[in-house]
Amino acid sequence: MSPSKKARRVAIIDGLRTPFAKSGSAFKNLSTLDLASGVVAELVARSGIDASTVDRVVYGAVIADVSAPNIAREIVLAGPLPDSVDAYSVSRACATSTQSFVEGAQSILLGETDIVIVGGADSLSRPPITYSDRFIDILMEASAARDLSSRVKAFSKTRPRDLAPKPPAIAERSTGKTMGHCAEEMARENGISREAQDEFTVRSHARTLDAWESGIFDSEVMAYPIPPKFTETIVRDTIPRSDTTMEKLATLKPVFDRKYGSVTAANSSPLTDGASALLLMDASVAEALGYEPKAYLRSYAFAALDPNWQLLMGPAFATPLALDKAGMTLDDIDLIDMHEAFAAQVLSNVQAFASDKFAQQRLGRKKAIGEIDDAKFNVYGGSISIGHPFGATGTRQIATMANELDRRGGGTALITQCAAGGLGAAVVLER
Amino acid sequence: MTYTNFRFELSDEGVATVLIDRVDASMNTLGIDLIAELAEVVERLEQDDVKAVVIGSAKRDFLAGADIRMFSGAVTADTAIKGLQAIHAIFDRIEALHLDAGKPVVAAIHGVCLGGGLELALTASSRICSASPRTQLGQPEVQLGLIPAAGGTQRLPALIGLAAGLEMIVGGKPVRSYKAKKLGLVDEVTPPEVLLEVAQKRALAAIGAEAPERGIASKLSSDNLQRLALEKNPAGRRLLFKKAYDVMMKQSGGHYPAPKRAIEAIRIGAEKGRAAGVAAEIRFFAELVLTPETAALQSIFFATQELKSDKGIDSDAEPREISNVAVLGGGLMGGGIAAVSTLKAGKTVRIKEIDDAGVARGLAYVNKVVTRQAKRRRMSSFEVDQILNRVTGSSTWAGFAQTDIIIEAVFEDLDLKHSIIKEVEKVVGENTIFASNTSTLPITAIAEASGRPELVVGMHYFSPVEKMPLLEVITTDATADWVTATAVKLGKEQGKTVIVVNDGTGFYTSRLLGPYLNEAAYLLEEGASVEAIDEAVADWGFPIGPLLLTDEVGIDVGAHVATILHAAFGDRMRGPDMMAGLIKDGRKGRKNGRGFYLYTDGKRGDVDETVYDALGLGPRVRVSEEEIQERMSLVFINEATLCLQEGILRSARDGDIGAVFGLGYPPFRGGPFFTVDQMGADVVVAKLEALEARFGERFAPAQILKDHAETGKSFRK
Ligand SMILES: NC(=O)c1ccc[n+]([C@@H]2O[C@H](COP(=O)([O-])OP(=O)(O)OC[C@H]3O[C@@H](n4cnc5c(N)ncnc54)[C@H](O)[C@@H]3O)[C@@H](O)[C@H]2O)c1
Repeated sequence: MSPSKKARRVAIIDGLRTPFAKSGSAFKNLSTLDLASGVVAELVARSGIDASTVDRVVYGAVIADVSAPNIAREIVLAGPLPDSVDAYSVSRACATSTQSFVEGAQSILLGETDIVIVGGADSLSRPPITYSDRFIDILMEASAARDLSSRVKAFSKTRPRDLAPKPPAIAERSTGKTMGHCAEEMARENGISREAQDEFTVRSHARTLDAWESGIFDSEVMAYPIPPKFTETIVRDTIPRSDTTMEKLATLKPVFDRKYGSVTAANSSPLTDGASALLLMDASVAEALGYEPKAYLRSYAFAALDPNWQLLMGPAFATPLALDKAGMTLDDIDLIDMHEAFAAQVLSNVQAFASDKFAQQRLGRKKAIGEIDDAKFNVYGGSISIGHPFGATGTRQIATMANELDRRGGGTALITQCAAGGLGAAVVLER
Repeated sequence: MTYTNFRFELSDEGVATVLIDRVDASMNTLGIDLIAELAEVVERLEQDDVKAVVIGSAKRDFLAGADIRMFSGAVTADTAIKGLQAIHAIFDRIEALHLDAGKPVVAAIHGVCLGGGLELALTASSRICSASPRTQLGQPEVQLGLIPAAGGTQRLPALIGLAAGLEMIVGGKPVRSYKAKKLGLVDEVTPPEVLLEVAQKRALAAIGAEAPERGIASKLSSDNLQRLALEKNPAGRRLLFKKAYDVMMKQSGGHYPAPKRAIEAIRIGAEKGRAAGVAAEIRFFAELVLTPETAALQSIFFATQELKSDKGIDSDAEPREISNVAVLGGGLMGGGIAAVSTLKAGKTVRIKEIDDAGVARGLAYVNKVVTRQAKRRRMSSFEVDQILNRVTGSSTWAGFAQTDIIIEAVFEDLDLKHSIIKEVEKVVGENTIFASNTSTLPITAIAEASGRPELVVGMHYFSPVEKMPLLEVITTDATADWVTATAVKLGKEQGKTVIVVNDGTGFYTSRLLGPYLNEAAYLLEEGASVEAIDEAVADWGFPIGPLLLTDEVGIDVGAHVATILHAAFGDRMRGPDMMAGLIKDGRKGRKNGRGFYLYTDGKRGDVDETVYDALGLGPRVRVSEEEIQERMSLVFINEATLCLQEGILRSARDGDIGAVFGLGYPPFRGGPFFTVDQMGADVVVAKLEALEARFGERFAPAQILKDHAETGKSFRK
């Protein structure tokens, strides 16, 4: 594909996701690849795109499946896209599918591709479980053994404690702290009360339920019939609850710091299964094919901070960079959609956005990023109420915002996430 | 030395490699020329410089069997016997290469190895085959009304045991490589690329070596030992043969002489030795080759072959490429159509339903069909995923713009089909074909709602879609030829035998059922019992009788069809009024567990004796089997010939195929037109006229039958 004379522009044609479900529930028998294949097949079918014109699939998952390490390619090979479609996979913790999106966008801007499918998924219902190092050594020795007796000998070294499975670590490798602990620290340091967190949680659930009621999600969430029996079809997210009230939330015990903490299972995003995807095109290709883009990419940025400080402050670091690149200020933004890992993290970032001190000390900028107007903010809820399949969240947010800009017939939207390792991502869309 | 049909090579070590390469043919088959030249090759192999032999193929397949045209036409028992004896003589000489002259003979099998091909391979001292999915070994002769007669009935059971041998020969189903290895039919399965090399090494290594123990005796699994014990003693053997006979009778209804003869030849060999067995198989073959059943089966085989290359149109319009298929309605039929579209045809499929539950029902059906196939064909989970991921569904019209063809299988309701066609035309492209799977509504009537009638065609599948082999494509006066050709091509890709018929009420297949089911009702009215009718018809060779068929299809559906046909064809297709009593009594057949038969937990029992009350009928009287059979068959046959006369059918051949594959007309009778040819049109007309005299116009013979009776012309030649 040679770059066309016209300036290239990344158009979001369509976005789709599966309903999101708490891990271990509706999708418990489905792998990440199953969910991803399902959403991509449906996106291809709905968009009516000629599958052979898709140039590439960029996809990601946080918990990689050892039997399908390049999940993007597996989606192509086992789905309706022809084998000639190039595909590779990316990983950037909770910003994984934002990374897929950016890579797809970059290849369009470079003139390398015209049509790309991007997205991400995770099924935490079936995480890869590993064993202790000692037991792995035993297994390797046994499988290398040439006869039965040496195999038996290898196994005879096994001690009961070797057999205890090691679930994938959710702690930061560098600091040894889990994300929940980091959220606790942020709540404490930034003075985010339990009450504020619970209030934000109630708000999230109410907005997501409203969105479902008013049909906002209908066009971007597919109905997912559950194989192999297909007696059940999941049509809605299973996480938002109408009985989320302050009273009810107040009864929950903090989970990370049981004694002095404020972060509970309710005011954090739950472990979730789901998949999402976007269809991207160069704007002139979209026009030639008769597609009406929902929104266009204006700018994006990533940022990284010291994980020993406030691990989940990524949005406040990445946003000003993306705004600079867009030549905008926060006031120019009509919609802000921030990933909700924890209510404590969201509120800490909101605080930081508005703080000159934060801007001066941490960003080396004179003035604060800007005050977030509540009316523009997470208008349909977020990861706390919708759920957070790690790899799927970025493209979930982008799809919702693109659709919202389309509905409003114009405007700008900022999408941002924090990610493990002290990373931040921000994307600005326009219509 | 060079040959016309073989490639011959002799290595320095004395391993001769003979590759079958039939001249001017894409496929290796055993014809007279090839057999004659094989004798020369064998003579060469008998010379001293040849120490070992490998037999393989230079083509894609090993050897597909005898050229069956060799046996049709002007064969007499005498020529058949002479021909077979000549083949036996040559095959015996190949066997003698290793048995007497100590030269190992290895058959290297890749691709199709059937009939005479397998019999040739059986003469070797060892067989190996490739792991390719293309590779299959079998003795399918019974399917064409014949038996293996180049030693197959003797050498195969000797190699793999009586039970397995009986199954392969009497059942006629080929086996794939892994099964062949398990049966002991081959000694090794190799990747296709190294097959010949392995065979040559094997042959070389076996020179001068002690001949290995042959057949299943060499396999020590307890399973095999047990089997062997059973086969070695006369009582056990008798048991085996009885079981084989019972299974065969159950499957064939005893209508087919070939499987009976196959069992007999194997038994004679097992009891009286190879020479007696060989003499028997030759004698039986010569007898079978002349039977009407064999002629019927072969005519079906040839017709099916012809249809494979029939585009279904008379112009030279070309079919268009289909990659996306949409199915409207994911019920019994829609689910089945979706399943064969992804599984067999490899298309991307989108199901449209009224709600999510409907979509899920369709997907569940596809899943069921695919998983069943996956088990049988040992597909990998990746292949299964691929097949299933090609199918999506929706309760909205999102994602149908790109479809090349829409096949509708919604409820049988003209208004609904009209509203569907209008909705469809709003969302699809200008060249999207609209196919209806209606079983009775005229396609012309459906097309009335269409703004693009040239794109409307009928694609009438049969239930269950994944099992039934026929597709009836229906064209209207307006249907464009490329549309018809495309529907035909898609049907073939879905694994169907396709006939094209012109539009008319009931098309061909549903229309035939009208007078046929009416006649059953008249017989009931006259006092025949349900059992008598169904048994007589099944004895005549239909898989099930007409009343059981009505229960299966649904009494309400049957009544609906009857009304439509009556309206279209007049009193000739009027059934007795009493049938309305069944509907009034709430009987719908199997689906609501109430019909001509009793159903408990979905399982069919005896005839429901209360059905006569519901029909307002008195006690039963005896009606002879011949009377029932004659009336049921002739009314059917007569209607078929009317369809030809009226131009519904394009040919008598299509009429035979449609009746056999769509309605279960007995294959050994070759189809209604074949039956007329065999009986003589004059005989058929005379019988019909006699029935007309008794029962009136519903038996009035078709003009075309009278013409044929006059001229002596036959339908199928
Ligand atoms: N059952 C048979 O043996 C057989 C054989 C040949 C042809 N047919 C024909 O096939 C058609 C379907 O028969 P079936 O046996 O599969 O019926 P079915 O009742 O099993 O399935 C019909 C399906 O169509 C769906 N449907 C109804 N209206 C719809 C709409 N507006 N949009 C989308 N979906 C809709 C229903 O939900 C249902 O699932 C009929 O025209 C019938 O005459 C049936």
